[in-house]
Amino acid sequence: MNDHEQFAEDLALYALNALSGEDRANLEKHLATCSVCTLELGQLRGDGALLALSTLGPKPPLRSRQRLLDAVAKEAAASPISRAQNAREMGHPPAAAPRRSWWGALGWAATAAVIVFAASLWKENGALKQSLASANVQAAESTRELEDLRRIAAPIIAPEAQRITLVAVKTPPQPQGKAFYLRNRSNLVFVANNMPSLPPQKAYELWLIPAQGAPIPAGVFRPDAHGSATVVNPPLPAGAEAKAFAITVENESGATTPTMPIVMMGTGE
Amino acid sequence: MSSPERQGASPDLATVTAMKSGDQSALAELYDRYSSVVYAVALRVLGDTGAAEDVLQEVFLQLWRNPGAFDAARGSLGAWLAVITRNRAIDSLRKRRPETDIEDVIVSVAPDLAGQADRSRAAEKVRGVLGTMPPAQRTALEMAYFEGLSHSEIADKTGEPLGTIKTRIRAGLMLLRKAFQT
Repeated sequence: MNDHEQFAEDLALYALNALSGEDRANLEKHLATCSVCTLELGQLRGDGALLALSTLGPKPPLRSRQRLLDAVAKEAAASPISRAQNAREMGHPPAAAPRRSWWGALGWAATAAVIVFAASLWKENGALKQSLASANVQAAESTRELEDLRRIAAPIIAPEAQRITLVAVKTPPQPQGKAFYLRNRSNLVFVANNMPSLPPQKAYELWLIPAQGAPIPAGVFRPDAHGSATVVNPPLPAGAEAKAFAITVENESGATTPTMPIVMMGTGE
Repeated sequence: MSSPERQGASPDLATVTAMKSGDQSALAELYDRYSSVVYAVALRVLGDTGAAEDVLQEVFLQLWRNPGAFDAARGSLGAWLAVITRNRAIDSLRKRRPETDIEDVIVSVAPDLAGQADRSRAAEKVRGVLGTMPPAQRTALEMAYFEGLSHSEIADKTGEPLGTIKTRIRAGLMLLRKAFQT
């Protein structure tokens, strides 16, 4: 390591992300071509990891485990992109297939409001079933309503549903998204169409832009082969007031703060 | 693949391999093994149990979504998770976007952190080393590691020269390394 002594102290700082400015830039340039220093960097990060051991003691809350496993199970169930692709690849989607009359009658905004309401009723239904006899009767009635609403909601949020965007004649479809947000229940449904595909390991991230404070992550998604995507009820802080929604491109694991530029944005209608 | 079948020369490697094929019980196993490390680091940095729990969730979800990011040839999973957690917690503390892709992190560490007993022994050793450090050195190291301050920020806060801070931090890390090499 004698030939690299000049970088020894900077390497230690770099390993802890404590090196900044010109020193950092110079070191990174050096690391790009020096396997010896890169190896030493790994060692120094390990030395730093030992510092982490000094914190051992507090245990995470028991609920954290189930929260993680629930999130993973939900992801595994909700992201069968390959299954959706297979479904589409079975045949050519019709250019303008006729829709059911009730779909057209409800209209986009009214149907979406019903979906958000249905999602909130789904949550409440589980609690109602365990209450007294009168509450059970109420739950039974709610179940009937939920079934009706689920039949309405399924064509919007089911991955295998066809999505057709109608635009003025001779106008190519543009990327578009619709966010339906019920603040008092923290329910959010987001539907996107004609989204450009992304490079591997990149994803779109939806952000709730509050009236005050930093943008709130509201779900990470990758469009399917036809540019469609949905986000349904991502975890959101209770009662967050949305001034706008925005979309950025992030690494596929998502980010905690948006990476500029914003690629899509919309405010309330 | 059941848990006993995954025990072998490298239980972490076997468990991560199982997780790559979508085995959710493998993730649960890794969580049971390392959640205390991840949570403790996040809590130390953030000082808030709710925020620490969020980072805990984020780190394991990242591992689940991208298990290929950890390469056993690059070091131990426990150390890797500690580094990732510390970096994410610092980013959260300083309200900035993640500065390092998790795939870029190479961590080499001597002690095996997979077992609870091994971790407790290692933790005791680390605390011992920190206890023998000159206070100014320990402070500089902890400011860099747990508060995410740059060397110039530490110099400003402590009133010490930049060169002194650099020397202290490197010397402190070397002391830790030496403790685990003997």
